[in-house]
Amino acid sequence: MHIMEGFLPVGHAIGWFAASTPFVVAGAISLKKIVRERPEARLTLAATGAFAFVLSALKMPSVTGSCSHPTGTGLGAIIFGPAVMAVVGTIILLFQALLLAHGGLTTLGANVFSMAIVGPWVSWAIWRGLSKLGASIGVAVFFAAALGDLATYATTSVQLALAYPDPASGFLGAMLKFGGIYALTQIPLAIAEGFLTVVVMDALSGRAGKGDEIAFLAGETR
Amino acid sequence: MAIHRSVFLLAGAVAIVVAPLVIPGLGGAFKGSDDLGTEAIQEAVPGYTPWFQPLWKPPSDEVENLLFSLQAALGAGFLGYVIGRRQSSRGNVAGR
Repeated sequence: MHIMEGFLPVGHAIGWFAASTPFVVAGAISLKKIVRERPEARLTLAATGAFAFVLSALKMPSVTGSCSHPTGTGLGAIIFGPAVMAVVGTIILLFQALLLAHGGLTTLGANVFSMAIVGPWVSWAIWRGLSKLGASIGVAVFFAAALGDLATYATTSVQLALAYPDPASGFLGAMLKFGGIYALTQIPLAIAEGFLTVVVMDALSGRAGKGDEIAFLAGETR
Repeated sequence: MAIHRSVFLLAGAVAIVVAPLVIPGLGGAFKGSDDLGTEAIQEAVPGYTPWFQPLWKPPSDEVENLLFSLQAALGAGFLGYVIGRRQSSRGNVAGR
């Protein structure tokens, strides 16, 4: 999902920065509030950041014969809401852009939008939706994490198709092309991320499947 | 005692990652999707030159691998610390 340095036209780069900035600012405010009001949540918060740090470093082989990495942003979005993950994701993407030459500063806005905004919001929405429908915590967390991961890569495909529409088949054709590279490869990896997210959530809370698992992690109950 | 669901989930995750490597007929060059995306741009717009270069690049693949490993190690180390702390504090409560 990393768009490489200098690979978005200037106008697109600026546009994605403009789209991402309010989310990151709102995330910083939300982060401050959580740390102030629920000190016992700080450790979990740092652990969700660490989880995203690990998963976004792991490039895994996929059935399409290429490699890609999960994002790990679903866990934090489920526990703390999607806003804070905009900040966490930005930190990770900055680390990778500056030290690994992976992603970039000019494409940071676009990469933040896909990995730190769309992914977490989709995860959170699916988590809320499935919980309301009566799904168990494990099932809801699995689908939230997996589909959030997939949504990030679908967003990257859309971003690139907007910037580089196919001369013959236009935006749609380009989206299918980039989707074949990013989103298709990502399907098995998104399932793996869903599994791992449930495992880490259980390990962090020690209350697998109990009703208060998420509330406990968020520092709302003890 | 029932086997914790984590065991099955971890096994499932490992199977998903290993399958493309061992099942005949699957597989390929296993290049990174980010690099393939970049190549697709260069195919779509022949002669495209990025208008901005990374400020710093790892001097070799080895150094890049080192930094990626460091990223994973730092994250995993801290995650393990938090999980360990949680589990041991629960143990203390039960032992009281």
